[in-house]
Amino acid sequence: MKPETLVEAAGLHRRFDVSAPWLNRVIERRPRQILNAVDGVDFRIARGETLALVGESGCGKSTVAKLVTGLIRPTEGSIAFMGDRRRIQMIFQDPYASLNPRWRVADIVAEPIRTLDRARPTPEVARRVDELLETVGLSPRDGRKFPHEFSGGQRQRISIARALAGEPEFLVCDEPTSALDVSVQAQILNLMKRLQKEFGLTYLFISHDLSVVRHMADVIAVMYLGRIVEMAPKAALFEAPSHPYTRLLLDTIPDLTAPRRDRAPMAGEVPSPIDPPKGCAFQPRCPIAEARCTRERPEPTPRPGGGVVRCFART
Amino acid sequence: MSDPVLEVRNLRVEFPSRAGALVAVDDISLSIMRGEVLGVVGESGAGKSMTGMAILGLIEPPGRIAAGEIRLKGERIDGLSDRALEAIRGRRIGAIFQDPLTSLNPLFTVGAQLAETIRLHLRLGKAEARARALALMREVGIPAAESRIDHYPHQFSGGMRQRIVIALALAGEPELIIADEPTTALDVSIQAQILALLKRLCRDRGMAAMLVTHDMGVIAETADRVAVLYAGRLAEIGPVAEVVRRPRHPYTQGLMGSIPSLRRDVEALTQIPGSMPRLDAIPPGCAFNPRCGRATPRCRTERPPLFGGASACWLEAGADDRGAAA
Repeated sequence: MKPETLVEAAGLHRRFDVSAPWLNRVIERRPRQILNAVDGVDFRIARGETLALVGESGCGKSTVAKLVTGLIRPTEGSIAFMGDRRRIQMIFQDPYASLNPRWRVADIVAEPIRTLDRARPTPEVARRVDELLETVGLSPRDGRKFPHEFSGGQRQRISIARALAGEPEFLVCDEPTSALDVSVQAQILNLMKRLQKEFGLTYLFISHDLSVVRHMADVIAVMYLGRIVEMAPKAALFEAPSHPYTRLLLDTIPDLTAPRRDRAPMAGEVPSPIDPPKGCAFQPRCPIAEARCTRERPEPTPRPGGGVVRCFART
Repeated sequence: MSDPVLEVRNLRVEFPSRAGALVAVDDISLSIMRGEVLGVVGESGAGKSMTGMAILGLIEPPGRIAAGEIRLKGERIDGLSDRALEAIRGRRIGAIFQDPLTSLNPLFTVGAQLAETIRLHLRLGKAEARARALALMREVGIPAAESRIDHYPHQFSGGMRQRIVIALALAGEPELIIADEPTTALDVSIQAQILALLKRLCRDRGMAAMLVTHDMGVIAETADRVAVLYAGRLAEIGPVAEVVRRPRHPYTQGLMGSIPSLRRDVEALTQIPGSMPRLDAIPPGCAFNPRCGRATPRCRTERPPLFGGASACWLEAGADDRGAAA
């Protein structure tokens, strides 16, 4: 039986106008500049599963998160959510910026409960807040405190409690642990996995850290300059990475279990998304690029082991 | 055996507060040899950056070095006057910080900044300094250096800027480099390039380097030895392969287990309960004891010394197989 799809993105595009101000354009004769932050992204997430988007800064992964949650609108394409649209919640990277410093923790966690059901009596809301704080490993007494009284890891627990308060089916997590120390990261990742099992949550998990992604995801999508260059079930991706960029990422991440002290790092950097290379965006850095790659843009094609890859050499 | 380039003995850094002195660095001893990279790892607030700052003489008052000594090639450099320290910083000890953009002056070209630093430290003429700047830019791997020397910092990418910062740190031909999270602001593919560059420079120039980072993977691939800090104290120090593969201190063991692996799947990561104590609430005895699964009554009262196996843990007291207690 095919698992039920909860979220589906089709042909997502988001362009930003990053032109200089009008007067500068006229005087300096500069054209308009358009940044293709998300440049044709398709994916589906099955209910109860985790899709991870991984990529380096500027690859468009956070823009996808904002599109999926409806914080910004796509320029083209669509996102279908087979559920109650109110049951989407988001967890942000910076637990210092995402909690209102003037509100007590109990009020922060209570807000989504009240938004969902305005008629809910106050004592019942308070009971639910206590329960949520306990679910994420805090104590009901913490509800009386303000966010500044907590460490980064505890604040991220508060963010998770707030997200759960909205009784979500689908959680979008944008780099939820990258501001945290590793031992605290482990606590938060374990908590998120436990909650997923307990409440049958579906995650869109965004991270630049492939080892974190490996721990959390069922399916992994690797993004490069606004496009998904490879998407596959976790095991298939790690056992046999197909796209040269996925290989580059796997080769360059320092690893504890198998450190490579004599590595010859790959040269080059991610090009500017304002003026991306013609054809395949990865072609200037690609060790196996052919003439065709500089002219044509590869489309997603099925890869061995399941999933898709955008690469001429791999099809 | 040759003498160490850097030797830190029983270093203690304090910050006065209304509740008494807060000890940010508590009795840390370490040394770095020529051509060696010492990794210093720990979580935020463990004292790793503060140790680097103390060596550079950059502890902001009212913070101060309260005890211990710092020797550069045998010569004491703690407690020197600001003037004397200025002559050492940049010239004999180079520094690389996390954010390349704030380390560079946006109003001057990178060539001008490099040449100024070179002339300050090496007393060269203008033309010579510019030629040296160009050579440094080539050494750190800036493509088409001659056409980029007159560019401003904002015209470079993050990775290229960090290369310029490294070139600046090298300008005085230092004996020691302190690199504090040099790749944390960079993407992984760029990080690998910068780390390879740092390693090559240490090898080629015989420089000693102290690499401060929170990333154990970076340490595993770059450092020769590693010092693990916890709550301002040295928990463990040793050759990198030993510490990574067979960590001795329960904190290091927990830390290693909490890092998700790229090569294998685990159901749940090892969790160290709680979090590192704040400086004003460091427990008596071993600072790690409230979070340690193997703590004994002794751990709650008596602070463990660094045993010969180079782990500061009472579990070592009986099982010291790497020599006598230090």
